[in-house]
Parts: sequence; structure tokens; C-alpha cells
Amino acid sequence: MTEVISEELPTTRQNPFDPPAEVTEIREKARISRLKFADGHLGWLVTGHHQVREILGSPKFSNEPERFHLLDKRFQGELPEEGSRRRSEPGMFLSQDPPDHTRLRKMLQGQFTVRRMNQLSEWIGGIVDDQLKHLRTFDGRADLVKEFALPVPSLVICALLGVDYDERHRFQEDTAKMLSLDSTFKEVMAALERIREFMRELIARKKANPGGDDMISDLLATGEPTDEEAANMAMLLLLAGHETTANMLGIGTFTLLEHPDQLKILKDEPEVIDNAVEELMRYLSIIHFGPMRSALEDVEIDGHLIKAGDSVLMHVPVANRDPEKFPGNPDELDLHRPASGHVAFGHGIHQCLGQQLARIEMRIAFTKLFQEFPDLRLDVAPEEVPLRTNMGIYGVHSLPVAWSS
Amino acid sequence: MKISVDQSKCCGSGMCVLTDPDLFDQSEEDGTVVLLVEHPDAAHEATAKEAASLCPASAITIS
Repeated sequence: MTEVISEELPTTRQNPFDPPAEVTEIREKARISRLKFADGHLGWLVTGHHQVREILGSPKFSNEPERFHLLDKRFQGELPEEGSRRRSEPGMFLSQDPPDHTRLRKMLQGQFTVRRMNQLSEWIGGIVDDQLKHLRTFDGRADLVKEFALPVPSLVICALLGVDYDERHRFQEDTAKMLSLDSTFKEVMAALERIREFMRELIARKKANPGGDDMISDLLATGEPTDEEAANMAMLLLLAGHETTANMLGIGTFTLLEHPDQLKILKDEPEVIDNAVEELMRYLSIIHFGPMRSALEDVEIDGHLIKAGDSVLMHVPVANRDPEKFPGNPDELDLHRPASGHVAFGHGIHQCLGQQLARIEMRIAFTKLFQEFPDLRLDVAPEEVPLRTNMGIYGVHSLPVAWSS
Repeated sequence: MKISVDQSKCCGSGMCVLTDPDLFDQSEEDGTVVLLVEHPDAAHEATAKEAASLCPASAITIS
């Protein structure tokens, strides 16, 4: 079989909402293709929806970053040599394999069930209402990211974890530094360490004052995790809990404002919101590419032999536009399209732990935003909206909006 | 139609409960799947299949 080989991963988007056209062209030629990594490794690029699901769902692939070949040229020469790389920090279950991953994730799973998250609806609705009142205090124009999209999920996750929202300066800026593709490896590690220190203090405080009504206190009360594990688990929840949803709310609003026919559907048929959230997730994905996996043994998929040790880069944004899974025109936003089964939350045992919380936050936030501000509009030309092309999680840096009512 | 679940595979994503809360629930303790109905009636066959296909950990099988 002739293999498609890419010298490097195309990352330049032609417009704010679509993944790079070159990667879509690669999918049209081959859903599994070869990709050269920054360290010279000839790895794999997977762009088909079915194939992404198969690999993410397979125990034959590892999610331990120390096994990954280097994709990012930025970090060349800065990372420790292969083989001497530090293992994932204790408690960072997102980058661990079973059995560590299973043991740690299980400690938290009970806190994120559909029922528990549904019970939070009214409380989240109150937070959204308060933030919309805050938005109203601006005189007809504001930055939606700063005043709404970022505060809502930050307030929610802080309250759930028992982190003081007034201390958000201790994690929001460093999160941005960690995610910035302009940061050097040293800067990323320094930002990570500062947030970790904040989390260590948090764990120490909660251990000194047990019985708090929050997820971290509940986690500590089980006596299961070590302090270091608890600090890293808390960090993971805090970062994953605010940055992702914030970006979906920001660029999701931008998307709806730029698709007035679809926004009209959302306004005319409020019951479409559950599917609208799935479709926005499918359409936007909000990561540029990834996730990565490493083969633990030789695996044959679609006639391709992926060898043990090979690094495999999944391309979720392009897989979520695969016409084999989403027939019709998958590059169009269509709030009526059956969108479930997208891989924006991932697939396999690492699928987003907080996805049911994220869904509820998005349903409530989008619904109330357009109910309260029905004539919300962009306050700049669309091409002037600053895109997070330089951040690991995609979205908009700011979204200047205006309203008159 | 018969639904089987494998709690040891389950990663507590909640996709099954989201798809059909009449058929599935999650344990309060660790979020793993609890099967409410082993033999769904005709009205729930489609959602049972969808839940099995959406499960990220392949913990649900239909026979």
C-alpha cells in the first residue's frame, strides 16, 4: 500500500472555524498516514473518525508522555534524553496508563456522575445569571471572554473544588503561560510548578481544616491519595475545568454569531440546545490537534502495521469532520445534525472526566446568554477577533460584543 | 435483546446515562455503570444500542 507521508503537521487555519485544509486533504487521501516528528521519528497521523476511536479505545496504546516521540520543535534539545525522562507526576492520571490511571480516576468518578451534575443545574444557572447581570453593567459593549466565558466555568470549578475564586490570579495567568505555544519548555515547567505549589498549599489547608463541602475535601476524606497525588489531581481538575469550557463558550458564541441561520434555530427552538452543544463540540473540537498515543505492541489497523514504540498523533478536529461518520456536509455547522459520537471529549478510558459538567455549563450559558441578550452582535469585524492560534487549546483571546436592549 | 455491562471496564463517563437514564445509572460511590434493565422493551432498543456504541470503554454489550 502506498503511504501518504507528511514532512510536518500543517497547523495554519484558513479561517477561524475549520481545521487546516491540508489536514482535511490528508484525510481524503488516507485516514491513517505517516508523519515525521521533530526528533526524526517516522510516526503516524490518524485523521479518520473510526480509526481515532479504535486507537483511543485500545489498551494496546499508551498515554504516558515519556513514551512519545517529540512532535514540538520548540522543545528540541530541552527535554531530557529518551529513556531518562521523568515519569508522569503522581496523581496526573490523564497521562498515566492502567492500573495507576484506573485507581486515581475511580477516586473522582463518583463526583462527576450525570445525576450529580444535573443536581448542579440550578446553582450553575444562578452563577450564569449573576455573570449576565455583571455583563449588563457594561454600557452596551464588552469583551465576552473576560466578562462571561472565562468567569462562568472558573467560578463553577473553584466552588466545586473548594478553591477561593479571589485567588484565581494564582492559576489563570499561569494556565495561559502553560498553554501558550510561544512559551519555552522552561517557562511551561515554571508555570506548572507555581500552580502545583498553589495546589500543595490548598491540600495542606484542607487537611488542617477537614470536613469542607467540596470535591477536594471529599477526596482527602477517603484517605486514598497521597498529598502529592491529591495536589496533582486537584491541579488537573482546576485547569481542565475552566480553560476548556471557557474556550468553548468564547468561540462557540463567535461561531453562532457568524452563523445567524443556526443562531435563529437556537433562539426559535430552545429544546435544540442539547444537540447544539454536541454539534458545537463536533464542529469546533477546540484542540488544534491530538491527542497522542504510543503503541505498546505491534498493531495492524486498516492494513497499516503500527509498530511497538511508534508515536501516533490523532487529529480530533479533522476526525470530527469525517463524512463517513457525519454524512452530508460535515464542514457545515448544523444544529439539527445528529452530532453525538464526536470525539471532542476524546474516547477510551481517558475520555473527559468532566464532560457532563461541561455539557451542563454550555447548555445553560448559551441558552441564557442569547435569552438575555437576543441582539448580541460582534463589535468588531470577524477577521479582527483575536484567535488563539498560539495556544494549545484553541478559541478566541477576546470577543468584543455589543448589544442595544 | 439483552444488555450486559462490565463494571471493571467502565470509566464512569456517564454516556450511557446521558443516552438513556431508563436503562442505565451510575454508582454514587465510583460512578461506574449500574444496569437498570437487562431486557429493554422495543421502545428502548435503539438507545440501548446507541449507549453501547458511545461507551468510551466498550463496557456495554448487546446480544
